[in-house]
Formats: sequence, structure tokens, C-alpha cells
Amino acid sequence: MGLDILPQTIGNALVLGSIYAMVAVGLAIAFGVMQMANFSHGELFMVGAYCVYVLYTLFGWPFELAVIASFPIVALIGVIYERLIFRPTRGNVLAGFMATAGAGFILQVLISEWYGVGLPKSVQVPYPGGSDFLMTAISWQRLAIIPVTIAMVFGLWYFLTKVKDGKALRACAQDPEASVLQGIKLNKMTALAMAISGGFAGVGGALMAPIVSVNPYMGHDYAIIAFIVVIVGGMSSIPGAVLAAFILGFIHTFVSTFADSVYGMMIGVLFMAIVLIVKPTGLLGNVKV
Amino acid sequence: MLKSNSMFIKRWWPAATIIIVFAFAPQLFETFWGRMGMYKLVLLQVFLANVVLAQSYRLMTTTGDWTLCHYILMGMGAYTTAILAKFYGVPFYLTIPVAAICTVAVSFLIALPLSRTIGFAFFIGSFALGEFVRYIWEKLHFPFGGSRGLSNIPRPELGQSGDWYFVDFSSRMDISNLYYGTLILAVFALVLLYRLDTSRFGNAWKSIYSDSELCESIGINVTRYRILIFCVAGFFASLAGSLLAYQWGAIDPDNFGMIEMVYLIIWVVVGGVKTYWGPLIGVASMSLVFELTRPFDEFRPLIFGVILISSLVFMPGGLEVLIPRTTRFFKNLVGTKEVS
Repeated sequence: MGLDILPQTIGNALVLGSIYAMVAVGLAIAFGVMQMANFSHGELFMVGAYCVYVLYTLFGWPFELAVIASFPIVALIGVIYERLIFRPTRGNVLAGFMATAGAGFILQVLISEWYGVGLPKSVQVPYPGGSDFLMTAISWQRLAIIPVTIAMVFGLWYFLTKVKDGKALRACAQDPEASVLQGIKLNKMTALAMAISGGFAGVGGALMAPIVSVNPYMGHDYAIIAFIVVIVGGMSSIPGAVLAAFILGFIHTFVSTFADSVYGMMIGVLFMAIVLIVKPTGLLGNVKV
Repeated sequence: MLKSNSMFIKRWWPAATIIIVFAFAPQLFETFWGRMGMYKLVLLQVFLANVVLAQSYRLMTTTGDWTLCHYILMGMGAYTTAILAKFYGVPFYLTIPVAAICTVAVSFLIALPLSRTIGFAFFIGSFALGEFVRYIWEKLHFPFGGSRGLSNIPRPELGQSGDWYFVDFSSRMDISNLYYGTLILAVFALVLLYRLDTSRFGNAWKSIYSDSELCESIGINVTRYRILIFCVAGFFASLAGSLLAYQWGAIDPDNFGMIEMVYLIIWVVVGGVKTYWGPLIGVASMSLVFELTRPFDEFRPLIFGVILISSLVFMPGGLEVLIPRTTRFFKNLVGTKEVS
């Protein structure tokens, strides 16, 4: 245990931070627009992983195509959530949040009925081997997460600042009533936000499918971490979510390497409690929720 | 509107009837089902503990703060009871209060950072802090027993055999003594909860839900009251936890996980939280559904998920909104016209 494993740990932390960012950004963007809080974000992540299992392992599609396909599939589930749960309970954050807990149950039961709960599904690794850069040994499979996350977050930034619909989405997040007065359709924007949210969770799950064991209850751990990340970052702030994701990634990796993974989770939660005491709005948030 | 602050429930006869029925349940079950009656009695016992739990959760929500760590508080009571009874042989009349005090202390520590947040952040902040406590249970082999938990928790006893006040709760075949113990403690807790709900504290908590800024201006310390209600709810959750620890005889961290918490939310949401009777209706109806769906074990989460969603979307007030409607309907039926 010395400085020689420091580059390795930093590399692992960057990979972990990227996957946290991917999951948490989806949660933050849905919360920003009309406060749609999704309890079963982890189950969307799980469905994304099952997309890769079904399309890549069972149907034999190329891995890249399966990952790309997971975006629209899980985005569609997000839109269904919006239509059936968030739209009827609009204005009541907790009601929507608790109803999605029920939706998470439904997804878990359906997936385990279709594909069974017994053995964890193993997805063979499409990119074997690993990098040997600067004394670090990270498998290509994990390393691929970083550029995909950068590309997707950059794409989201481009969409939100340059594209007309994206600007409308930000306007809705800022002031729903004023944006409706400008002719923006609120229902369309909430559906769009949930589609992006689901898509990000789905791609996150799809990329993690070859690395972790795929089972119907795999989303739970990632959901907890995503909640901690959005609280630390500031509920609806996307830059805050990315920043907090990397902080949490570093905390978890370093504590896991030098002590134990459960202690890593515990210190992450303590960090959240300290942020709540010192700055209840989160690191980059400005709205107290 | 001023509430009457009388000692007893105004319409006391429904509560009295229910208590009498529960008091004679062992005899009734024995006549109806014979030996199978004992199994049904265990269900009734768990039901009583669940009612206390749901009712304490309902008290928690009167300030508008829904938490996701109520099961953890109950687990705190269960673990403290189990550790004291198993490793130190402490009798039950000491373990239950000590467990409650320990849980209140833990609730206080959890409530301190949480009181800085409201609404949604409170909800998931409590989730994360509850998971923190659960990780401690999983991690520490002494005294919490790690992820395998604690088993062989001794059944309670009152006095030595031969004393005139000797009561043995430990028999596996005849659990009616344990059942009566549970019933007495549950009724005690429910009466206290009712009194709290109608007390000045209860009114202050409800007014925080209506308008917290107005409360500040008339001299209610909102932060202090919110921490207080968290501790009080923790106290009653701990009572329920002690009851369950003695009933089950074994506990592990998975007993107090997220899924159980979601079921608690389903009881309370389906019943409603505006009146005292909501959670009772919720627990009763959902326990019935739970027992009826025993043949379709694997589809149970799906059924409850559908119930939760449809209850939140189509009946946001819960089943309790049906009480005034049905009473009005029956009053109209017998002729005493009532203008609503």
C-alpha cells in the first residue's frame, strides 16, 4: 500500500465517477423540469443492462448497437412513466416519487418473470484486455465508459444550450408558467425530460452490463448513489450532479482501496450529511427543496 | 377550528368493540380453526405491531415530512431489544424501554442534519442516512451479528416459575400469552398516539404542515418541533420493533430494508393520513390483500405496485375519505337527513 497504486486508484475513480455521473444526470434533469422525482431510476438502469443482455448475448447484435438501442428503449419507459404517473400527480413531488416506487416493483417482477431470477446473467466482455498506460491496468471495457460519458454529457450540454427544444426545456425548468405563456408545451417538455432521463440511465446500465452481474435487483445500489449525488450536487443542477458524481467516485474508490467498500458507502453518506448541514442547497444548487 | 381536547375518544364505541374483539381473538380462532388458529394468531400479532408502526409513521407525516428511514428506527428498537435479551439476559420490561430510549437518541442524531431540509430532500436524505445505519448493522459482527443477523432471541418471561405473578410467554404451542402481551402494549401505544395527535403538540405539528412561516411568527420553533416529532415517532417505531423481535426470534438487516419501507408507505398511502383511522384501515386492507395473494407469491410486488400507483393517482386522500361518505349514506338511509 503505497504511492505506486495511486495512479491506478485515480483511474478507477474516474471510471466510477463517470458511471455515477451518467446515472445522476438523468435524475437531475427530470427533477429540474416540474420536479419529477423518480424513485425507480435504478430499475431503469437495470432495464438498460437487460437490453444489452437480450440484444447482444441472446440475439447476437454487435455490442455498440445494443448500447445505442438501449437509449430509445429505456427512454420509452421514461415517457410511459411521465404519461401514467408524473402527469396525473403533477404538483405533488412525493406522490410521484412514491408511485414510481410501485412502478419499480412492477418492472422488477416483469423482468424476473421473463428472464428468471436464478442465476445472474453473464454478458461476455466485448472488449477483452486492458490499457497499460502510466502504470495503470484498467480493462478496455471500463475505460470505454469515460469517453461515452463525456460525449453524452457534452451532447446534453449542446442540446440544452444550442437546440431550440433544449432551450425550451431550460425555460420550463426556470419558470413553468412564464414558459407556457411563451407558447412552450409543458406536457411535451416533461415527456422530453423523462425521455432524456431514462435514456441516460439506460445507457449507463448497458455499459455496466458486461462488468457487473445482471439481475433484476441490481439497480438498488446505483439508485442510492444517484440520490446521494443529486443531493450533494444540488437537486436540479446538472453541473452539480457531474461534480458530485466525481467527488463520490473518488471517495468510494479511495476508501474501498484502502479500507473496505462498505466503509466507502458510509463515508459517502456522511459526506452528504455534512453538505446538508453546511449548505442545504447542495454544492452548485441554488434552490432549497 | 378548536379541537376538543377531551381525555377519551368522542365516539368511543367503535374502538371499544375492536379492542373487545381482539381480546377474545384466541378463543374465537380456536373455535373456528382449531389448531390452525395459532397460525392465524401469529398473523394477528404481526398485524398489531404493524398497526403501531403505521400509526407512528402517520404521526411523523403530520408535519409534512415523509421519511424513508422509519423501518430503520424500528430495526433499531428490535436490535437493541435482541442484544439486551440475548447477550445480557435483561428481562423484557427493561429491554423495551431501554430500546425505546436508544432509538430516540439515534433518531435525534439522524434528525439533526435532516432538519435542515424539507420536502423531497428530507425524503431521500432520510433514505441515505437510514442506509448508513443499515451498513453499520451489516458491518459489525459484534454486537449486531453482521449480515446474518441475530437469532435465538429468548422469549420474554415475567418472574420465575413458582412466583404468583409468573407469566410464561415462551411456549411455542400456545402463544396466547405473548398475544395478550402484544395486545396490551399495542393498545397502550395507540392510546398514547391518539392523545399526542389531539394534544397541543399535535396541533403545533399540524400547523407546521399548513404554514411553517406563520408558525415561526407566532412563536413555534419549527426546527425544534420537527426534530421532536422525529424522536417521538422513533419511540413508537421502537416499540413495534421490540414486539417483532420477540415474535420472530431472529432478525437480520434485510428485515429492515427498502422493500419493507415501501410496503409501509403503501399501507399509509392507501389508508390516508389526514385522520387517525386512515393507517388502521390501510394496514387492515393491505394485510388482507397480502394474505389473499399468498398463492401468487412472485407477483405480489406487481400487485402492490399497481395498488400504490392507482391509489396515488385515482384516490390521493386514501381509503379514509370513504368514512364520512359511508356514514352519511347510512344516516340518510335511516332517515336522519344530514346536510354535508
